[in-house]
Order: sequence, then structure tokens, then C-alpha cells
Amino acid sequence: MLDLAKTRWHPIAAGYDLPLRHVFHGQLLGREFAVWRADDGYVNIWENRCLHRGVRLSIGINDGRELKCQYHGWRYSNRTAGCTYIPAHPADAPARTITNRTFAAVERYGLVWSAEEPQGEVPEIPGLAEGELLALRGIPVNAPADVVAARLKGYRFQPNAALDGKDAKVAVEASNDFTVALRAVEGGAATLAAFFVQPVDSNRSVIRGVLDGKVEGAARLAVLRHHNELLSALRVAVEAEAAHKPAPAPLEPVIERVSPELAEMPEETKHGRKATIRVQVARKWPAADGIAGFELRPIKGLLPTFQPGAHIDVHLPNGLIRQYSITNGPGESDSYVIGVKLERDSKGGSTCLHETVREGDVLAISEPRNNFPLRRDAVQTLFIAGGIGITPLLAMAQALKNQSLAHELHYFAQNEAQLAFPEKTSTLGASLKPHLGLSPDQTGAMLREILSGYGPDKHVYLCGPGPMLEAARHIAAEMGWPETAVHFEYFKNTNVIDDSTSFEVALARSCMTLTVPAGKTILEVMRDAGIDMPSSCEQGACGTCLATVIEGEPDHQDVYLNDAERKSGTKIMTCVSRAKSARLVLDL
Amino acid sequence: MTQTRCTDQVILDLWHPLAAVSELPVGVVVDTVLLEERLSLAADSAGKAAVWRSRPEIAADNPVDIAALGGTLPVKIAYGYVWTSLGNPPADIFPIPEYAEADRRRLNAATLGVNVSAPRAIENFLDMGHFPYVHTDILGAEPHTEVKEYDVEISVDRDEILATRCRFFQPMASTASDGGADVDYIYRVPHPYCSVLYKSSPLDESRLDVIAVFLQPVDQEHVRAHMMLCVLDEDNEDKVIKRFQQTIFGQDKPILENQFPKRLPLDPRAETPIRADKSAIAYRRWLSQKGVTYGVIPAAT
Repeated sequence: MLDLAKTRWHPIAAGYDLPLRHVFHGQLLGREFAVWRADDGYVNIWENRCLHRGVRLSIGINDGRELKCQYHGWRYSNRTAGCTYIPAHPADAPARTITNRTFAAVERYGLVWSAEEPQGEVPEIPGLAEGELLALRGIPVNAPADVVAARLKGYRFQPNAALDGKDAKVAVEASNDFTVALRAVEGGAATLAAFFVQPVDSNRSVIRGVLDGKVEGAARLAVLRHHNELLSALRVAVEAEAAHKPAPAPLEPVIERVSPELAEMPEETKHGRKATIRVQVARKWPAADGIAGFELRPIKGLLPTFQPGAHIDVHLPNGLIRQYSITNGPGESDSYVIGVKLERDSKGGSTCLHETVREGDVLAISEPRNNFPLRRDAVQTLFIAGGIGITPLLAMAQALKNQSLAHELHYFAQNEAQLAFPEKTSTLGASLKPHLGLSPDQTGAMLREILSGYGPDKHVYLCGPGPMLEAARHIAAEMGWPETAVHFEYFKNTNVIDDSTSFEVALARSCMTLTVPAGKTILEVMRDAGIDMPSSCEQGACGTCLATVIEGEPDHQDVYLNDAERKSGTKIMTCVSRAKSARLVLDL
Repeated sequence: MTQTRCTDQVILDLWHPLAAVSELPVGVVVDTVLLEERLSLAADSAGKAAVWRSRPEIAADNPVDIAALGGTLPVKIAYGYVWTSLGNPPADIFPIPEYAEADRRRLNAATLGVNVSAPRAIENFLDMGHFPYVHTDILGAEPHTEVKEYDVEISVDRDEILATRCRFFQPMASTASDGGADVDYIYRVPHPYCSVLYKSSPLDESRLDVIAVFLQPVDQEHVRAHMMLCVLDEDNEDKVIKRFQQTIFGQDKPILENQFPKRLPLDPRAETPIRADKSAIAYRRWLSQKGVTYGVIPAAT
């Protein structure tokens, strides 16, 4: 009986239980759900507990895009239920695998349906047309579902158009353990009623009734009252019957354990340069002069949870791999939107995307990685974007806007036509500050103005062309910004890489010593030796292949680490950097 | 010996708090519940107390001469509370030396029933990350949400957990300045169901206020939380000091009562810890090592 019940679809709420920004506490077969509708209409049905400390998410806050736990402010994304932010550690990007359990959701007959292990479809009631319905108030009953369903077969009511009558003939059109369809006829009036019994627990149920035909105004109230009275009477009778029998033991839902890597204090998950996701170009459009926008939708299933600042590797039809930042705001989880600037000196990446890739094409992409995480504990955050550098900062600004945290987005471009994604930037209101057509000197002066007035708990995020980033970092340092408050992401590493040296790399945890010859990178040598190391841009810009140095002196050639990190000698980007000492010991 | 409903010998052998001495009527029977057992207690005018398994002939609210009672349970008066045990308790209750300092105010801030297990309540007491969300604008405020690195050790000689170098941003941290600042905390867990915290005193930088929570386990999923204060404060009335703590605890109560499961899961894979939860991780391990089973869901072995 229980196994059967688990595979069936059951209603767990009425559509009207999910008003704007509400979280509804649902229950099915003893298991609690947090049920919420995002502003984009998607209905989320989740295990009703925060993965962190088990607090019910039904007391959390639905901000329209994400669900925020009341206890520690952990944020979970619309659709994926992946954790996007852990406020206790603002500098860290949460492991992408911190994902709550989700359950299937279908809206039909004005009800929200779910199932633990669904097989087949939501029950089809012949004659019940979608849209032309009246959903009755759910009636809770302290009795097992099959007892309630059996009683419902004897339910007698009047058709909507003959409520005052007394002699309706009621016939059972269909029935099983959870569903009873009845038709009441009196004279020319007829109403079809479908009753779905939601098994809340072994001894608790909710009767969810739906009538065919729309009824408006006072007539609607009269119909609702008619059924309310009759169903309440039925409830009293069923509960009296159930009270004579011993109550079955409450069901104990099995709560899934979290993955082993999450049980300990998390380390970053390791994965190589893999393109595990197939997406379709759902839309390609000119996002600005010289910039193409791409909306990438999953071929099947859901896209992984992303955080603001994250990028994906896009594997192109010509074999090249390029990195692009996800521009989406929080909770916009049905597709990834990226912006691609046509580079004048393109080596084939941006040209391919601009000229060859079309709507409908399928591309392989990697899971999103976030090496440019956004702190959300600043009293003020400045974003400084140059040209296409807008893309990660756009995602960040939308996240802060959604949480009403103070920020400004300074956007440098040649002219208005080059400002990308106006439909997204316009939602930022007064925090968007475009700076157009400035010469390098004027840009410097403007950066000086923007970066004046450093104070504690202020942070700045920079993304744009190399020379502009260099200038902004120098000015920030002059203006008293500590390196810990200046965050940056380069598009590419323009340093000339010197790979002429040869040295030894000892991997402390793997108990392995490798020789890196001239012409090969540490990353390549480790890969050859079977060490699975994540990487993405493989040119020292994105930060994915970071390793910890235990001993030896790194020869930094990347643009990811800041000066303090370089000087400390404890971090190295294994895709481009090498050793000044004869030997490096890495914590791998 | 009488059979108890609780079969966890570690918990049975502990001292457990029952009531604040200051709130007990003199010479009158008061009923309570400890580990699912009905108990009665009374105090006399000399400050002595007795605790016994409830008997029909000595009903609550009736006068009683405790000197004449036989068959009573072990009893101790400590930190302003009456403590008892249903097993073989140790000679002493864990020390709080500051309690003896003459210039401190010693109060029972509140005794509050909470529908949660004692270990869940201890974890909440040890937790700083929730300050901006649950105690908004009192113990914390967004956007200052970071839990900075701190140290945790399980002290072998004292058999207690000690978390030091804890700091958290508190708005209006001192009466002297308008702005917020980091406040220092030290946490101790010297008893599976009791915790003591030390916090910078706004009055005297060199000394620490002491706030303790002593949990009386009514059953595995219900506690009476006794909040002990031992603070430096010469100005405020008792009710002002108490009201502050009651506000804080009143904010935690609905969160605690919405934790599922109510008993604390000791399986490391039941929940997702982060670095900020170091003290809670140590606490769960410590309970596992002790073999505590009451109020927890033991890890499968």
C-alpha cells in the first residue's frame, strides 16, 4: 500500500496556496515539503529542511528568486535547490554540491502535484477540462486515505446550477484508493466533481475537490459553502469511524544523508577540464555593438547551480575552448546567458561564436566554476567594468540588488551602443553608472574619483581590459585600499610565458615526485601522471587550477593571484607558473 | 534501584538542574519532570532543598517539612539552582569560578520550556553565525555576517569543550560609541547539557560577563532551559537585565522548535557543517565518544 502510494502522484497543495513570495508547508506520506513559487512561475517542492542544521525551510524567506533559511541566511536557488551563498564565510564560494533534495512538481486541475518516486502521469479525469474548474477548499481529515476515499464514494451533493434542490442523483464515474469522480444530476443541471485524497500521513488525509465549470461571484461562494458543509459533515463521520480502529503508526520518512565530502568541512571538489553538459543555443542576439548574447538552455534536466562571478568553459565546434562569465541574476536558473565580444585579433573563439554558431545549435559546456566569488558582507561594494568585463559584475550587481545591499556598478565603454545587456542593467536603477567615451587619462581621473574614500568593509571588484585593470589596481593601492578589498578578474593573461625552465614537483599527499621539463606545464605533467586536477582557461587567468605550495619558490606567471598572495609564496597556478627553486612541494 | 525510562547511564549519572532557588516558594511542594520521571522538590527557609520521586501523598502546592522526608534523591545547590541526579552523580558540579566574585550580579534570567532536544539547544548556544539573522540588530547585523576563524579544543583533563578567540561583529557593541565592533567570546561545554559563555564586559574591558544555559531534559525532545547570568552591572534593575536575555532566548525558541529532527543527529553525514561550526563538530564528536544516546540520534556503527 505504502510502496504503491509512493509511486503515485498526489496533490499536496492548491494553486492558491502559493501566493507571491510565500512558502507553503506541504506534507505527503509523512514527509514534509517546503513548497514555493519563484517570480518566474516555477514551483519548487523541496525537502523541508536546510541541509546545514535541519531548520524547516517552510519558515524561510522566498525572495522571488531564492529561498533563504531563517537560521543562518543560507540561500538556495530556484529550480536547482543548490546553495548559492553561505554568509558565515563570505569570501568562499559554497561547494556546488550543497544541494537540497527536490521533488517533482506538476500543476493540474488547479492543484499542485508531487510524488516521492513518481511513475506514470498525474491522474486524468475524463470531462475535467484544465482551466474551467473550481478548486474547493482542502478539508483535512484524521483518517487513512483509503478510508476517506471509500466514504467519498457515498458523497451526495447538488449540481452547481441546482444548489437549492434536494434530489440530485449522484453516480460514481471512477474511483480508486485515492481518487473518486462523481457526477451529480438534477433536471438539466449536472456537475462533475473529482476528489483527490492526499495521504498526509498514515492516519491523516486532505480531501482536495475540483468541480468542472467555472462559477463566479456570489454563485461561487454558494457552491463553496455547499461543499464545505457537506465535506465537513463527511469528515466528522469518517473520523468517528476511524476512531474505532487502532491508529496506524505515523510514517517515518527517510532523510537522505549528505554526500561524504560534505560531511567533513568542505574542500573544493576536484574535476578536470570536462564538458559534461549539453546546451542548446535558445537565442542569439546583438547584446550591444560588437557583443553577441547567447542564451543556453539544457538539452535535458536542470543546469547546475551557479553563483555570481562564475564562468563556464564553452567547447566550440572548431575545437577551441573559451571561458565566459554567467550574467544571470539570482534564481534565473532555466538557462545561462553569456556575452561574447568579437575580438579584432580573435584566434577563432569569438569569431566562431559570432559567425558560425546559430540558434538551435548544441554546444558542450563545463559545470560553472566560481573563482571570482562575491562577498556580501561589505557595507558598500563597487563594481568597475570595462567593456565586456561587465559580464561577471552584472551577475554580482543583480545579486546585491536582490538583497538590497549597497553597491554601485561603474561601466566604462566607448559609447552608448557598446553598453551590453541593457534589459538587465536597466533593472539596477540608479546604482548603474555608465562612463562613456573617456580617454585613458580621463578614465584614470574617473577611477581616482570612484576609488576615493576607502573605508572599512568596502570592497571593489574589477573586470575589464588588462591596462584598465592595472590602472585601477594601482589607483586603489594609492588610495589606501588594502589588497584584501580589491578583487579582480582578467579576461586573459597577456604576460609572455617563459616555459624554458626545468624543475621537480613533489606532490605531498599523492607521494609522487615528477619532473617538469622545458616546454611542459606543471598541470600537463600532473595529468600525464594520472592526477586529476581541475582547470579551465589554462592561461593563468581564471584561478581554477590553484594549488597550495608547501615548500620551494614559485615563479608566478599568472594574472590571478594578487601581489600579497604572490609574495606569500604559498599559492601557485599550475597551468602557467613554474619554479625558481629546483624543487616545489605542492599540497596535492 | 527504580527502573528509569531513560536508559542512558551517562546522562542518568549527571547532575541536572530543576529550578532556580530564588523562584522556589519556601516549604511548599513543586512538581517537575526530569528524563520523563515525575519529581517533586521543595526548599526550606535556610536555603536547603530536597528532591524526591513524586508521591501521591505529597501533592504539589502543599506545605512540606523537608527535614522529615525520607527516600530523597541526591541534591546540590549550585549557581542559584537546585540540581539532582537519577544515577550516581560525581562529587562536584563543573566549576564556574567567576560565580564567587563578590561584585557580580547573579540572576536566573529565565526558565523557559522549549520543544527541542537538549543537544540542539547547546549547539544553538555555541553558534555565532545566526546572530545577524535571528538576533538582528542586537547580537549581529547584516552585512557583517562573517564567522572568523577561532580555536576549539577538547580539554582532556577537564573533559570539556573549549572554544576560544571567538569574535563576532555586534552593532552598538558598547555604550561608549555608536558604531559596532567585534565582541570577544569564549565558550565552554563542561556538561553534555550545559554551556557557559564569557563575553567582553561593556563596563570593564579586563573582565568578562558570564552567561550560562543549564538544560533540564524533560524528555528526549523537550527541555526547560535555565539561563544563568553572572554579570558586571551596577546600574540596571534585575528586570532590565532579565528582559534582555529573555528577548534573545525568545528569538531562538521558534528556530529551535523548527529543527528537524529534534534530536541531534551524530552521524557526520546527517547535516552539512562549515568551518564556522567547528565547535559544534567537536561537541557532536564528544557526545559520540562519551556514548551519549539520550536526546541524540546516534551514528550507525
